Amino acid sequence: MSDLKRTPLYSFNVAQGGRMVDFAGWEMPVQFGGILDEHKTTRAAAGLFDVSHMGEAIVSGEQATEFLDYVLTNDISSMEVGRVVYSLMCYENGGVVDDLLVYRQGADSYLLCLNASNVDKDVDWLMSHMDGFAVKVKDVSSDYGLIALQGKEAFPILEILCDSDLKTLKYYHFVDAKVAGVDCIVSRTGYTGEKGVELFVRSEDAASLAEALFEVGKPKGLVLAGLGARDSLRLEASYSLYGHEISEEITPVQANLMWTVKLSKKSDFVGKAALVAEKEKGPEKKIVFFKTGTRRIIRAGTALMCGPEVAGMVVSGTFSPVLNEGIGSALVDAKFLKQELSVDNRGKAMAIYATKPPFIELNPQA
Amino acid sequence: MNIPETLKYTKDHEWLKILENDEALVGITDFAQSSLGDITYVELPEEGEEFSEGDTFGVVESVKAASDLYMPVDAEVIEGNAVLEESPEKVNSSAFEEGWIVKIKITDPSQLELLLDAAAYAEIAKD
Repeated sequence: MSDLKRTPLYSFNVAQGGRMVDFAGWEMPVQFGGILDEHKTTRAAAGLFDVSHMGEAIVSGEQATEFLDYVLTNDISSMEVGRVVYSLMCYENGGVVDDLLVYRQGADSYLLCLNASNVDKDVDWLMSHMDGFAVKVKDVSSDYGLIALQGKEAFPILEILCDSDLKTLKYYHFVDAKVAGVDCIVSRTGYTGEKGVELFVRSEDAASLAEALFEVGKPKGLVLAGLGARDSLRLEASYSLYGHEISEEITPVQANLMWTVKLSKKSDFVGKAALVAEKEKGPEKKIVFFKTGTRRIIRAGTALMCGPEVAGMVVSGTFSPVLNEGIGSALVDAKFLKQELSVDNRGKAMAIYATKPPFIELNPQA
Repeated sequence: MNIPETLKYTKDHEWLKILENDEALVGITDFAQSSLGDITYVELPEEGEEFSEGDTFGVVESVKAASDLYMPVDAEVIEGNAVLEESPEKVNSSAFEEGWIVKIKITDPSQLELLLDAAAYAEIAKD
């Protein structure tokens, strides 16, 4: 795995027994103690995730707000400093370049948090749309480590090490603070459905921060968690993952993400016309979440059948350790949406059961 | 890596424990369960089903992957390990004991000679 990139927590992950795999060109831990245990412990107590492979870009300048309102689907101009917003960045045809978090750090300054596999594409896309805007875009991915601390015990753990009062930190807000003596952006966000934070930290400080959090957290039940649990947690919470529920081909209309697309904002934005048209016409396909009713996992890439006809394709599939059954999502042709669907299991039809997301009750803003 | 001396093995990471009357237990090795990670589901064959050596007789699924199970020798199924229906994690926690997958009647005991011993399997089960 010598060509793979390593996060600032690489040595920490290996020393803690992480099983390292290639993920989007990064050498990342897929698991430590075991995916099911990491998942359940994150729901019951807390999990610590190295997500330093995620990219960061700074967008700044006099017209940074106008620029982001033009390239992103969510409403940027109404963000207050200290707010975080989840947004999509779309192509003209409504397909998705990436999904990202936008941090308003100042009147004219934003931090974007990008999917690891999309950083270069995103930065190129941003730069190719800068014409006419007084704005600068800078890829600062290598400057930052990113550590997610998620679960009921996340705040009790963090409060031991943080110099600031975090009681007033609301969901989808962030604050600059020192944690374990290290400068951090403490962001009340996450990808698990649990209450928790994501900590942006200078790369050179990331390992000492992770060590301090783990040391203080262990007595409170904190475990290290890998990308395996990250995926099963996000799917149980029904959060979209780029390349699965959203992609170049799968639009926000299809993915039920129109809540991130502000058609009524003053600014025109890339993809608006296509999304308006698709919404009016009704999408040809929709993302549907499903359970398998058994312990079986139906994996991404499996064809969904309606009788003899192909009705769609599974885009995510895993095991829910909370429900003890297979869960997943699929892109289904509109005409089959209300039909009974199945997959082929060695010649036998196996039913799937469409489910309103999320799969379990979650309250990350509590 | 735990590889008991008393068992027979296949290159597909199954083990076979010979009992009396040409009966045997079959499971997957510690190496296999460790590679798969947390096992969430085991598809068991029906009692009385007959298989030839190399046939797929079931599936072991983990969060990460699904892996076919191959019959080590020609055999008829006596029973599947019903414990695994509710507790497939036994394959992880006790691959060579409680996590056995199927009990079989061996059709042709001479095939046992073609299986690997622990030392030969250890060569395969290297990372």
